[in-house]
Amino acid sequence: MESILSLFYENREFIFLIIVSIFLGIEVISNVPAVLHTPLMSGANAIHGVVIIGSIIIMLEASPDNYFALIMGFLAVVLGTLNVVGGFVVTNRMLEMFKKKDK
Amino acid sequence: MSTLLGLSILELCYIAASITFIVGLKMLSSPDKARKGNLMAAYGMGIAIIATILFKEELSADKWLNYSLILAGLVVGTIIGTRMALKVKMTAMPQMVSFFNGMGGACAAVISLVEFDHLLHSGEVEMGMLIVIILGLIIGSVSFSGSIIAYGKLEGKIGDKALPAGQIINIILLVVMLALGVFIAIADTQQALYIYVLLGVSLLYGILFVMPIGGADMPVVISLLNSFTGMAAAFGGFLYGNQAMLTGGILVGSAGTILTVLMCTAMNRSLTNVIIGSFGGGGTTEEGREGLQGSIKEITATDAAILLAYAKKVSVVPGYGLAVAQAQHTVHNLEKLLDDKGVELNYAIHPVAGRMPGHMNVLLAEADVPYPKLQEMEDANDDMSSTDVVLVIGANDVVNPAAENDPSSPIYGMPIINVLDAKNVIVMKRSMGKGYAGIENELFFHDKNRMLFGDAKDSLEKLISEVKNL
Repeated sequence: MESILSLFYENREFIFLIIVSIFLGIEVISNVPAVLHTPLMSGANAIHGVVIIGSIIIMLEASPDNYFALIMGFLAVVLGTLNVVGGFVVTNRMLEMFKKKDK
Repeated sequence: MSTLLGLSILELCYIAASITFIVGLKMLSSPDKARKGNLMAAYGMGIAIIATILFKEELSADKWLNYSLILAGLVVGTIIGTRMALKVKMTAMPQMVSFFNGMGGACAAVISLVEFDHLLHSGEVEMGMLIVIILGLIIGSVSFSGSIIAYGKLEGKIGDKALPAGQIINIILLVVMLALGVFIAIADTQQALYIYVLLGVSLLYGILFVMPIGGADMPVVISLLNSFTGMAAAFGGFLYGNQAMLTGGILVGSAGTILTVLMCTAMNRSLTNVIIGSFGGGGTTEEGREGLQGSIKEITATDAAILLAYAKKVSVVPGYGLAVAQAQHTVHNLEKLLDDKGVELNYAIHPVAGRMPGHMNVLLAEADVPYPKLQEMEDANDDMSSTDVVLVIGANDVVNPAAENDPSSPIYGMPIINVLDAKNVIVMKRSMGKGYAGIENELFFHDKNRMLFGDAKDSLEKLISEVKNL
């Protein structure tokens, strides 16, 4: 009990941020037309690629002789980059089609 | 540079990135601003990545290997990611999204593995950290293996397979996975083995979770896995006390969940029903189907062209068949031709036409079809009784009346486009094959309906030349 309470108390600001973000996420997309469901999903997909920052932090903190962390970190950077870059490029390609074209 | 200055710049960059994520996501929900929104979020992401590399730790020469590996990883990922994203066909977009989503999940899982290893060696095992690592690992790996299965299914590489007693096995696996997670969180001594067993169970669960779900429901699953990866990213943010990861991840987690619910609503089904229902197994086709043996009436391209050219109002219901045949440009040509003849033509878009909500709109927009011509299902249904001809191109389940009048049908309850309210229906179809849900369609046997068999693109081209000849 004690440890759970202290866990809560130490992270209260994060918990606050999480709750606000949840409502923000719901609010932000609640009026999306069905037309944009696919691009929106794809765009959101690219945004969660922010997990790449975690893999960069691993690499920065790993000591240069910790090969396990370096190899896994490198793998994570590649995977994260795929998510970010691929996600944004695919979304952009989809949205290019909605662009008004000059006749 | 003083560390305090560097760290402040870093935090400012994270705030900026979080703002671009929120505003970008907001802009993505309006057609005019969507593209800018996507670019904005991409810039924000770039800033966050660069700032992390430059300011998170003081640059030191000892870590040259670390920095070169980071750069190499970024370069490799960028090259592969860009190539894949640019090469993929518009029809294959959904599985591409699923694939990239899986990569994000894998990234989160790998982070958890490394951090667990880190905890093992540092000796200080803190329960809070441990819980976050375990949750990140479970959600990340389920999202990874599930997304890859979804990718394989949409690519047609993996069929719908259901294990006998699959639901029970899944529930047992889920319980084992959670119990193992709790065990690791409270265990007094830690071993690397524990976390790898958990990894294995989670990966297996992801596979078995998606495996029995039918292809027609895959968009919902991808959207759900998308929000899973968002949550996994958020746990990573918790782990590192990193606000950009936290807000980005949670934002996608909650927005993704709502999007999943919206998609389910569009199909008039509950999420539980999608996950447990094992849609599209085709097991219900045998019972009570005798009534469907009516006669099918074919129509020639010439007759169809006459019907279209002398109609006042025509409605096109596009489906996956149109996408596969790459016929979006051809249908647009037919639309322009009919427009010159004074025929009013609209597109009736079912929310789940194609393989993903909005997929049809993307394809038609690619062919320059003006945005106002795309009608959402409700509006299209309101107009249906004043429509002379409905041209169903490669769509099946979304116009199947069984959804309204056959309670034993697996798609019962899904809203459909009521094409039978119109005066005539022409269904363009490759063959009498079943739709993606694997069920018969009584529409094909209806009096008002005529079939025009053949590849969507070929048939449309024939229609165009016939209309020109009139």
